[in-house]
Amino acid sequence: MNQLTELTIAELSDGFGKKKFSPSEVTKAYIENMAAHREYNAYITETPEEALSAAAEADSRAAGGRRLGKLDGVPLGIKDLFCTKNIRTTAASHILENFIPPYESTVTKKLLDAGAVFLGKTNLDEFAMGGANITSYFGHTVNPNRRKTDNAEVITGGSSGGSAAAVAGKLCAGATGTDTGGSIRQPSSYCGIVGMKPTYGRCSRFGIIAYASSLDQAGPMTRTVEDAAIMLGYMAGFDEKDSTSADTAVPDFTAALNKGVKGMTIGLPKELMEEELNGEISLAWKEGREILEKAGAKFTEISLPNMKYALATYYIIAPAEASSNLARYDGVRFGLRVDGKTLDEMYELTRSAGFGDEVKRRIMIGTYVLSAGYYDAYYLKALEVQKLIRRDYTEAFKTVDAILTPTAPTTAFTVEESKAFDPVTMYLQDAFTVPVNLAGLPGISVPVKTASDGLPIGLHLVGRHFDEETLFSAASVLERR
Amino acid sequence: MKYVIKGNKHEWEVVIGLEVHCQVISNAKLFSDASAASGGTPNDTVSFIDAGFPGMLPVVNEFCVEQAVKTGLGLNAEINRKSVFARKNYFYADLPQGYQISQYDKPIVGNGYLDIELEDGSAKRIGIERLHLEQDAGKSVHDLLPGKSCIDLNRSGVALMEIVSKPEMSSPYEAGAYMTKMRSIVRWLGTCDGNMDEGSMRCDANVSVRPVGSSELRTRCEVKNVNSIRYLMQAIEYEARRHVDVYENGGSIEQETRLFNPAAKETRTMRGKENANDYRYFPDPDLSFPLTVTEELIERIKSEMPELPDERAARFIKEYGLPKDDAARLVSEMASADYFEKAAQVKGADARKTANLMLVELAAMLTDRKISIENVEIKPEWLGRLTALVEDGTIGLRTAKDLIIMMEDTRRDPDSLIEEKGLRQVSDTAAIEKIIDGIIEANPSEAEGYRAGKEKLMGFFVGQVMKATGGKANPGIINKLLKEKLSK
Repeated sequence: MNQLTELTIAELSDGFGKKKFSPSEVTKAYIENMAAHREYNAYITETPEEALSAAAEADSRAAGGRRLGKLDGVPLGIKDLFCTKNIRTTAASHILENFIPPYESTVTKKLLDAGAVFLGKTNLDEFAMGGANITSYFGHTVNPNRRKTDNAEVITGGSSGGSAAAVAGKLCAGATGTDTGGSIRQPSSYCGIVGMKPTYGRCSRFGIIAYASSLDQAGPMTRTVEDAAIMLGYMAGFDEKDSTSADTAVPDFTAALNKGVKGMTIGLPKELMEEELNGEISLAWKEGREILEKAGAKFTEISLPNMKYALATYYIIAPAEASSNLARYDGVRFGLRVDGKTLDEMYELTRSAGFGDEVKRRIMIGTYVLSAGYYDAYYLKALEVQKLIRRDYTEAFKTVDAILTPTAPTTAFTVEESKAFDPVTMYLQDAFTVPVNLAGLPGISVPVKTASDGLPIGLHLVGRHFDEETLFSAASVLERR
Repeated sequence: MKYVIKGNKHEWEVVIGLEVHCQVISNAKLFSDASAASGGTPNDTVSFIDAGFPGMLPVVNEFCVEQAVKTGLGLNAEINRKSVFARKNYFYADLPQGYQISQYDKPIVGNGYLDIELEDGSAKRIGIERLHLEQDAGKSVHDLLPGKSCIDLNRSGVALMEIVSKPEMSSPYEAGAYMTKMRSIVRWLGTCDGNMDEGSMRCDANVSVRPVGSSELRTRCEVKNVNSIRYLMQAIEYEARRHVDVYENGGSIEQETRLFNPAAKETRTMRGKENANDYRYFPDPDLSFPLTVTEELIERIKSEMPELPDERAARFIKEYGLPKDDAARLVSEMASADYFEKAAQVKGADARKTANLMLVELAAMLTDRKISIENVEIKPEWLGRLTALVEDGTIGLRTAKDLIIMMEDTRRDPDSLIEEKGLRQVSDTAAIEKIIDGIIEANPSEAEGYRAGKEKLMGFFVGQVMKATGGKANPGIINKLLKEKLSK
């Protein structure tokens, strides 16, 4: 095992600065790891040449003492949902299999401007629709952690499964993810890494292939809380090209890392405490509470009475937006085209061949809930429930500074198990994360322990709008145990 | 003067509502910074946003919003402080996103009205239900390559205003007057160029009929894309007649969309109700909503509003004493109203006479040469001066008419032309007297005849004097002197 790929972003930055090693050396080490672990199927497209040339530039900046900042020369994986200029961007879909964007997403541009080195584009569920990374046209990803009991291959979770596997498997120092209902936090929990979904509007969505525009948000996936704070600092910020991005100052997130939790009040949703949870998950939740208590946090019970409607609400709003967002993949201007005798036939053949089952399912659900006669009963009702969910959180945050729950109801499944799941069982994996997206709040998943089967368990902290700092403070405490 | 269609069984009246699409005057498109200019090479002014590329996001062009507000104010309408952009979902090859961003249940402009003038000169107020902003689609070209369709996305994303009237018009004439008035207002405001030939102003008509005296609203048909005011009136006339024929023959009208064929002067089915799309409107989650129009913005636009045609016509009548018809004709275009006002400012130019000279003599020259008031060479000050010169007797009306042609051709002011060509009217009584004496002396028998009662001979003498003076003698003075001399 190569020592260099074991280092965190913070350690890499320190080493680059002190000229202990160069960005090129680190990049080469990662490229070797990527080649050695293709079985994770973490990357859809690897870009070693581009990475080495970017690393060489970072080398000369480091050598000349002109480093651009902590990310300069740091090798990252980029979820293949971010458009990258002149580099194939697929959304893990057949329909975009050969799509090469002539533009760069705002988030990746910011990272490039900070000197980051992109190793390639990571695997995901097709169009970010899925919770196990098994809907990718390019095949499922494999969790670098195995189940101890039977050495079975387990899933990474999703949709940012490729990024999670790449970070956990040392195939990059950090990665970008996107989170619409849990797509950063749930795979982070399954793979044993840190995943932060910032407040909606914190990072620009410009150039990120849309799934559900009102819920999609980019965020960092890293090995430590500190790395997440570093990366988010470079990813966040107002963008005039995204009308939903927030014109709010970006604080120095790393400053929050050592603040501790003394005086902090953390809420526990009573609805979840009354539920019969998986024993090991429940235990991890309790241990997490004890760690924070010991560090000086106070705990109190809160109520989120409408949380139980969150999944149903999500599976109306997200597909509704998706059904419209994915209408542009029609074979006319870019992407896959299957010719037909008429325009309508071309649409049918192209979209039938281009989209996988889960994407088709969500397009159909979304089309249905927006249709005349159903709009009021489904879509409009869902928007009303969403307001109630937001109100629950607003009420709760009058008394608490953060909310602690498990990230997911279980540890990762085996690939075989997940293939046998019906869609609803799959959707239930996001029960704890989805309400946070509906409320637009920031959330972070931190690994706290491994279960008896050796698989990681993550805990989930949720904060007020634009208060990622409190989450970084509390998550650092949890991380240090 | 009610518009009534006489059937065999009933007399019928027509109910008309119009949806007018106006292309907003703006440099950039509604949601991208690509140029909104028309013409040019196909697919030349298309941003990745307009082409619906993955990850691209719309950003509202504030100027287009201001144009919509300005138009709303010009239509005496409520400006909604909060409105919402919604997606109208349907598939078509020239609709890149698979949806059109439009406004549905919360448009930027609400109830308003405009006043039209009927045939008998009376006014009628036509209600406006709403004005909303939306993006245009691209253009499909089916006859360029055999077996293939070509797509031009230059128009894709260009801002349109859709202005929906209430169903309050009851004749083709009223519909025509409404369009004429709407066109004048948007042109006047500078929010749309009103060019129907090029499609920057288009119109759909909703037509139904009902027995005279009834207040029911029967099934309507929508006649699409009528691209001139004349066609609009023809289309409504045909469509209303068709409804009457169907009803009188015991049939029923199906709600449908129809297209007008100008060559045959008839409408035909485009698509029936059963083929109507379910557009699945929902608020566009890519745009922060609601779209907010602040009080400050409204106040600023109000302060920048030009005087509208009706107000200006009223002022012309009051301030300059113009006849109503003249005022109405002058305000048909902002350029002609401006021209008149500049001309009327010239010292010694009577406003009514200036208007008359402009609307008769100048207009005749413009029509004859097919040039518009914007492109005329004659400066308004010269026309005003011309009126003043007629007024003070320097020239006669006939010379003034000739001078209009000369000024246009030479781009020179009237005074220098009069000087150079010696066009000054002779009003020197002594000089004219001398000429008259000579003529009477030379034509003794005619003088005798006149004196014996043949008064018609006066015309002969006037002609002789005019001939002798090269047309420059003041006709009033000639008449007066001739009468004196001949009656001696």
